[in-house]
Amino acid sequence: MKRETLVWTIVFVIGGVMLLANAFLRGAGNQYVRVDERAFVNVGTDDDPKWVNAGSDDILDHDAATISADRRVSWKTSSTVDARVWAEAERADPGQRTIVFSLSRTVGTWLAALFTLAILSFLYRDNPFYKSAESIIVGVSAAYWMVVGFWDTLVPILFANIVPELVKGTVMPGISDSPAMDARIKALVALVLGALLLCRLLPKGGWISRWPMAFIIGAFCGLRLIAFLHADFLSQISNSIIPLWVVDPATQTFDIWSSLENITLIAGVLACLVYFFFSIEHKGVVGRTARVGIWFLMITFGAAFGYTVMGRIALLAMRLEFLFEDWLWLVDPAGRHAIG
Amino acid sequence: MYEFFRDLDRRWIFLLMFLAVSVPILAQLQFPEKPTGLAESTFREIDDLPPGSRVLLAFDYDPASEGELGPMATSFVLHCAAKGHRMYFLALWPVGTRMIEQKIDSVLRADFPHLVYGQDYVNLGFKTGNEGVIKLIVSDFPRAFPADIQGTPVSDIPMMQGIRNLLDLDLIANVSAGYPGTKEWIQYAVTPNPSDIRIVAGCTGVQAPLMYPYIPSQLPGLLAAIKGAAEYEKLVMDRYGHLVHAEDGRVSGIYAEGRRRMGPQLIAHVLMVILIIAGNVIYFVGRRREARS
Repeated sequence: MKRETLVWTIVFVIGGVMLLANAFLRGAGNQYVRVDERAFVNVGTDDDPKWVNAGSDDILDHDAATISADRRVSWKTSSTVDARVWAEAERADPGQRTIVFSLSRTVGTWLAALFTLAILSFLYRDNPFYKSAESIIVGVSAAYWMVVGFWDTLVPILFANIVPELVKGTVMPGISDSPAMDARIKALVALVLGALLLCRLLPKGGWISRWPMAFIIGAFCGLRLIAFLHADFLSQISNSIIPLWVVDPATQTFDIWSSLENITLIAGVLACLVYFFFSIEHKGVVGRTARVGIWFLMITFGAAFGYTVMGRIALLAMRLEFLFEDWLWLVDPAGRHAIG
Repeated sequence: MYEFFRDLDRRWIFLLMFLAVSVPILAQLQFPEKPTGLAESTFREIDDLPPGSRVLLAFDYDPASEGELGPMATSFVLHCAAKGHRMYFLALWPVGTRMIEQKIDSVLRADFPHLVYGQDYVNLGFKTGNEGVIKLIVSDFPRAFPADIQGTPVSDIPMMQGIRNLLDLDLIANVSAGYPGTKEWIQYAVTPNPSDIRIVAGCTGVQAPLMYPYIPSQLPGLLAAIKGAAEYEKLVMDRYGHLVHAEDGRVSGIYAEGRRRMGPQLIAHVLMVILIIAGNVIYFVGRRREARS
């Protein structure tokens, strides 16, 4: 066995033993849920059902005891609670069944932690753990987007307009079973365009997909052009027309800082515009102004980089908080795990 | 010495960054936050509305940005609930619905149990269509959202009565991780209706530089990255923190997430500055040596 392999094997074994000891001795990573049972009773008829919450006062208006079992429905919901809440409930009523240990959520926490470590392990070097985690993420994401596309686009927008009775009777009882004619026609047009788009997969009919593609590009260009012209061109010109000599409205005196702010803004806009004006050679006054524009641009890029760094560190901090707080229980700033 | 730093394995840098972020978390380091103008103007936009105002909370983000945007989303919900505003949740990102449910569970159901679904807040869920949805609700809200996330028709939801379009709402509070997000809300909702629709937003650090040109006329309030979240969180907790204290004085950790994440930020940024300076010094020393040789 290579020396490096031996070292990593020892690290993994010791780490695994410590993790298991932490989990079994301290309960670290355990998840608890509050289980609520919801029960409803149909006090109406089969043709005109009227469901009443069995736990509400409304049920007192009916003789619930005589209602048969096939007219009752019940299910359980569970919401995550802190380990401290579970410990308090156990102290007050040992063996209670309202707040219980959740195996599935605990396994979920462990999987999330192990996947986080697997992804971070790439920083050391490429390895099978990283590759496995990456493949699973790609697969899960692709499946997720397919499901979202089916249930949030195809079913409610396309099928609900083309075959409304079927959709209403099977998956979406709340929709209308007689959509307006224009909605049906629009859905049919979308269906045809979508089918044409799939022609790209045909060996000889690929050109057909250019028609729906042209429609998509044309529609989006029209939609976005107006918005950009209005919000990012005209409005930005308007936002740049600001006073260089600012008077404080409260004291009616010269406000030097606001004035400097506005002057800097105008100078920056003009200098950057000059830098991007290539019809005149960047020499003399134009060259010097363009150089000032470069400085403004560099400062902007620096600020953008700083913001990006801040964002990435926040994401890393969140993952480490998850590992230290939710999984390993090394820190407990809000007293969530105080079981003792 | 020069050769040592020049040939330093980059994994030592990763280890240093790991320590810079993890040690403040383990030591629970927190530093005082001084809110800046943008956080204060965001706070004022929500706080100055009379109780009962209609606030649209558009959560256009997913778990990948939860670290940055989660704290500001929590603070937006807490602020609106504390002020007694009516909250209309929706998402233009599919996973946004999960983020909405999480905030409803952890803030509204946990600390404001007296608020009634359908009267004080409603979850309209996700709608596919990106900016198309925004354009549609500007003119016809019920057409884009005929039912809430549970399938209840909006005509049966008391707080949806009288909502014909986006102009009937008093403020948009958007939490955005990209497209579609704050930019699209500004382009398609606010800019065409500057006197009728107002927006405040919280966005990721990557997006923030793109949002600054809209301030203040198109975007009166912006929370940029975790720093903006921490400042706004402080403002909200200073004013309304007493509403979420339990009887034993305990406060849920979610109301301090933003400020807690600023501890690692500070140490990691100091490390970044040192690394940038060190990298430049090594580069110039190397260039001088090459020139000499």
